Amino acid sequence: MSNAVLLVEGLHKAFGGVQAVADVSFAVSAGEMLALIGPNGAGKSTCFNMLNGQLKPDAGVVRFEGRDIVGLRPRAIWRLGVGRTFQITATFASLSVRENVQMALYSHAGRLRSLLTRFGTAFRTDADALLNQVGMLDQADRTCGVLAYGDLKRVELAIALANQPRLLLMDEPTAGMAPKERVALMELTASLARARNIAVLFTEHDMDVVFSQADRIIVLDRGELIAGGTPEEVRNNPDVRAVYLGSVH
Amino acid sequence: MTFSSILIQLLNGLAAASSLFLVSAGLSLIFGVTRIVNFAHGSLYMLGLYGAYTLIELLGRTPLGFWSAVVLSALAVGLVGVLIELLVLRRIYRAPELFQLLATFAIVLVIKDIALFAWGAEDLVGPRAPGLSNAVEIMGKRVPAYDLLLIAIGPVVLAAIWLLLTRTRWGALVRAATQDREMVGALGVDQAKLFTSVFFVGAVLAGLGGALQIPREPANLELDLAVIADAFVVTVVGGLGSIGGAFLAAVIIGVAKAFCIGIGTVTWFGVEISFSKLTLVVEFLIMALVLVVRPYGLLGRPQAAQRVAAEPAPPFTVPSWSFALVWLALLLVVPWVADRYTAILLTDIVCFALFAVSLHFIMGPAGMVSFGHAAYFGIGAYAAGLLLKRAGLPMEAALLIAPLVAGAFAIVYGWFCVRLSGVYLAMLTLAFAQISWSIVFQWDSVTGGSNGVFGVWPSAWLADKTVYYYLALGLCGAGVALLWRVMFSPFGFVLRAGRDSPLRAEAIGIDLRRFQWAAFVLAGALAGLAGAVYAFSKGSISPSTISIAQSTDGLVMVLLGGVETLTGPVVGAAIFTWLRDVVARNTEFWRAVIGLVILLIVLLFPQGLVGGLKALAMRWREGRA
Amino acid sequence: MLTRNRLLAGAAALVALSLGGPAIAQAPIKIGEMNSYKVFPAFLDPYKKGIELAVEEVNAAGGVLGRKIEVVSRDDNGNPGDAVRVAEELLSREGASFLIGTFPSNVGLAVADFAKQRKVLFIAAEPLTDKIVWDQGNAYTYRLRPSTYMQTAMLVPDAAKLAKKRWAIVYPNYEYGQSATAAFKKLLKEKQPDVEFVTEQAPPLGKIDAGAVAQALADAKPDAIFSSLFGPDLAKFVREGQQRGLFKGVEVFNILAGEPEYLDPLKEEAPDGWYVTGYPWADIKTPEHTKFLTAYQAKFKDYPRLGSVVGYSTVISAAEAIKKAGSLDQEKLIAAMSGLTLTTPFGVIQYRPIDHQSTMGAYVGRLGVKDGKGIMKEWRFVDGKDALPSDAEVQKMRPKN
Repeated sequence: MSNAVLLVEGLHKAFGGVQAVADVSFAVSAGEMLALIGPNGAGKSTCFNMLNGQLKPDAGVVRFEGRDIVGLRPRAIWRLGVGRTFQITATFASLSVRENVQMALYSHAGRLRSLLTRFGTAFRTDADALLNQVGMLDQADRTCGVLAYGDLKRVELAIALANQPRLLLMDEPTAGMAPKERVALMELTASLARARNIAVLFTEHDMDVVFSQADRIIVLDRGELIAGGTPEEVRNNPDVRAVYLGSVH
Repeated sequence: MTFSSILIQLLNGLAAASSLFLVSAGLSLIFGVTRIVNFAHGSLYMLGLYGAYTLIELLGRTPLGFWSAVVLSALAVGLVGVLIELLVLRRIYRAPELFQLLATFAIVLVIKDIALFAWGAEDLVGPRAPGLSNAVEIMGKRVPAYDLLLIAIGPVVLAAIWLLLTRTRWGALVRAATQDREMVGALGVDQAKLFTSVFFVGAVLAGLGGALQIPREPANLELDLAVIADAFVVTVVGGLGSIGGAFLAAVIIGVAKAFCIGIGTVTWFGVEISFSKLTLVVEFLIMALVLVVRPYGLLGRPQAAQRVAAEPAPPFTVPSWSFALVWLALLLVVPWVADRYTAILLTDIVCFALFAVSLHFIMGPAGMVSFGHAAYFGIGAYAAGLLLKRAGLPMEAALLIAPLVAGAFAIVYGWFCVRLSGVYLAMLTLAFAQISWSIVFQWDSVTGGSNGVFGVWPSAWLADKTVYYYLALGLCGAGVALLWRVMFSPFGFVLRAGRDSPLRAEAIGIDLRRFQWAAFVLAGALAGLAGAVYAFSKGSISPSTISIAQSTDGLVMVLLGGVETLTGPVVGAAIFTWLRDVVARNTEFWRAVIGLVILLIVLLFPQGLVGGLKALAMRWREGRA
Repeated sequence: MLTRNRLLAGAAALVALSLGGPAIAQAPIKIGEMNSYKVFPAFLDPYKKGIELAVEEVNAAGGVLGRKIEVVSRDDNGNPGDAVRVAEELLSREGASFLIGTFPSNVGLAVADFAKQRKVLFIAAEPLTDKIVWDQGNAYTYRLRPSTYMQTAMLVPDAAKLAKKRWAIVYPNYEYGQSATAAFKKLLKEKQPDVEFVTEQAPPLGKIDAGAVAQALADAKPDAIFSSLFGPDLAKFVREGQQRGLFKGVEVFNILAGEPEYLDPLKEEAPDGWYVTGYPWADIKTPEHTKFLTAYQAKFKDYPRLGSVVGYSTVISAAEAIKKAGSLDQEKLIAAMSGLTLTTPFGVIQYRPIDHQSTMGAYVGRLGVKDGKGIMKEWRFVDGKDALPSDAEVQKMRPKN
């Protein structure tokens, strides 16, 4: 596990006496797609929010590239090289697609404090290159507020890649998309991750997506990890089958 | 204070709290469901008093006559509320956020003049409540029986509203809408009917609060604005949409005021402190305190996502150089072709333009609405005046240091404000403005108290009104240009980004609060510059430069021109100032005329003047193509 | 605007030609007037009627300098900044010869300072602030109404006569209330050194919590109360005080409470026996007043309030000043105002050269109820000149310039 980009050990979180996440440990390596699955209320989102800085764990260690990131704010974690997408897309609706990506590029370069220069003149080619990779270049000048949902997800991916992350945290990246689009988006993600050697941790409801795209899968139920392994191993795990009540295809 | 005095003052506080609660509960209901900041709520309260007065005269001063009058007046006010909703607000629900505030502001003006026309200028002292005109002896002190009744009415109404909200389908809808407006639409409920009914109930409560006051307070034309500020404070302290919170807040504020009066003047360590004078501002102090500790009021919950406008705010277009130069040339030429007064009016306009643009800077791109922007305008004006008169600085130096002073205050106030959002943020800015106002108003030896500072005239070389106009144009124009420039800078884009999605901003490493804070300070400093320029153009400064009225004027200018355009605030400032100058000169009921003009603009151009004209121009061009 | 003025001038010339009379051949003399009409309508509606009556009378008597006068009115919105702007508009666009009017103290002071800067005569009609003729006095500003100090001083002799020891004070929390309180404490202490001021309440203007204030005053167990409340605050205070028995066995002094503007709304609840300054219009039988009253009632079918007298007398003052100056030159007008003597409904007044304050007086008496209406009884007229401090004191306060 020495090449683990993200290392999680003994993560705990309780809300008013209810254990939401209990003793969760796992690791993600560079270039690996790790899926975190589990039924509703299993603690996926809580788990995610402890990794990205939104929530503070009660106990446990979260190391990114060897550095403990527990207690850091989301923006500080991003600065270390962690990109994020949201379950419900969060983009800047009144800005154009390109400007959304440029915003992340400016932020990464620490050039947002300028009061008198014109925004948008720098990082144009970088932004366009990212948009090209996610297939959004032709819509670069459109306002984000008018985009279709699937396109917004792509824009988010481009934004998430802007700080050259070594780790991508994607919470339900395909939620709200049509089934066809889902696989396409995750294929794209997987190819980008592999090309750039990025570690990806994602949660997902669509089992087609999970089993076709993940390198490894870990399964959370009632706050605890009940299984982990290759898609094949997980598919055949009786505990997992029990949890999903045969809903696994 | 003896024990009996404490008890009696407690009763006084509770009696005062009762009406305050009724008005605030109505305001809170309306806001919760429709997200409309109903500025006209105080006017409904005022109508409740006038209505009760007239109806009692008609029905007779008997218990039956009195109580029928109170109930009928409340119901009549409810109908006025329905009319307002149907005729005006319904047409602009899809307008950008807060635009309805402009409409309700206009309604305040109209109702005030209607009341003046219908009931005359003289205060109308109503009768005492028949059967309850006596006092009850409590611990050797006399308390009006009617006060005791009022104390009981508060909890009764609270219980009634609670039952209505928890035991009826209508109540369930109201609660659902308060938590998540989009959901109600999804439930297939007729939203229009729900809104109308909520307006009716809210207005009835305001009218009832007013009508019940008739034995305690003469009906007069100042009640609307006096009550609205208090009602907002109670609503926000209690937590928006929380009726129980409104009750709690009304009691806290009512009792706190009564105790301030009861304590009177005390001497601590040789320093004399008049708690009686503190009543000027005590509710705002409480509000500031509560909001700093509890960002959503006492019993409020974090606001659900604000109502989204029909379309996302369009990106600003950059004014072209030729456009700017033509206007500049026009403004430079005016004093040569028009009379002396035009330059003076234009001086006012350019001051207000910078004031409005600075407000727009935090309100539009940064999404932080300020109800107290006059704080910085006024502090800038006072700083200029005091540096000149008390510190003996040259006028030029005072003029340039004043914005820094205003900015310094914005550093302090802004630090607290950017921690909040939405209406809570707006109300905290108002609290700070009112606290500043009350200090200026009371600190006679330094600020000249309620009179203000006099003899604040510019240096000899600027004494000529035309020359001063050029100076004002230069400074304010530079201020406007600077803010516009910043709006297109990375800094300005961060503000817009943060308004669109604070979550995403944080997720790409942006410390949004710092940017918002800096924006607050920049806007404050430039509002201060506007205030300083204004001060020297008038020769005197009075506390009205920090007043709620001044803050409201700024909001009206911004909304009138259009929040979502760059030039809107400037146009709004020009139109509003010019309108007041012209209409006030030529008509007796000028307030109503201005109100009607604003209503007309609101209904014709729900995007503000500039936004509306742009849309028209676009349609025209498309039609020709 | 140039064209409009030229048009007007042309029209005026045509009219003059067709009528032929040299006296009317000239355009009227314009007097610029501003006031907070919409902020204080109860006082200023009657005030405006007073102005109209005076203009009519002056013009019926042939005008001044062979020209008619015209008062051009503006609403200053109760805001000093707006007031200064409309003042400028009146002078430069309307061509007003000088300025009159204003109501709140801060507006009056702002316009006074503007008049000084602009070197234009300003006759402040209504502002009560002592500062306008004393601490902030200037060469160009004169003031008609008896000031806060004067009205307070008019009540002090009666207060001292009662020899009450424990006094409670209530006043609206702004300059007028503060000045009245300060003047009262100073003047009473001079006459009655052992007097004790047991409590002070300063509610915000227009927002008194009357029950709590009445209770707090009662708790201090005063022998007498000095109040400078007016308007809705006064009405609320009276009612709560009566219900709570505050006024039982306690003498109350309240400046301004006898003015019809503030007394009439109280109707049958007008507090019996209060010592007040005011205007018992129905009972004043001097020839000057009777003439004014008759004309006013004939023209407006209404009785005059104090505001009517103020408006009327301000315009008469302006007309007399022009007559005496024989010109519209500012320096000559200023000179004419100094020591100007004229007859008002309240008798002969003089604008004192020493501080530009007029000697207009006020009626002092006690409140009572007659036919369900509040009235003033046992009243007497106090001449303003008897309610002013000594010349030496005045000179000390007024800046030299």
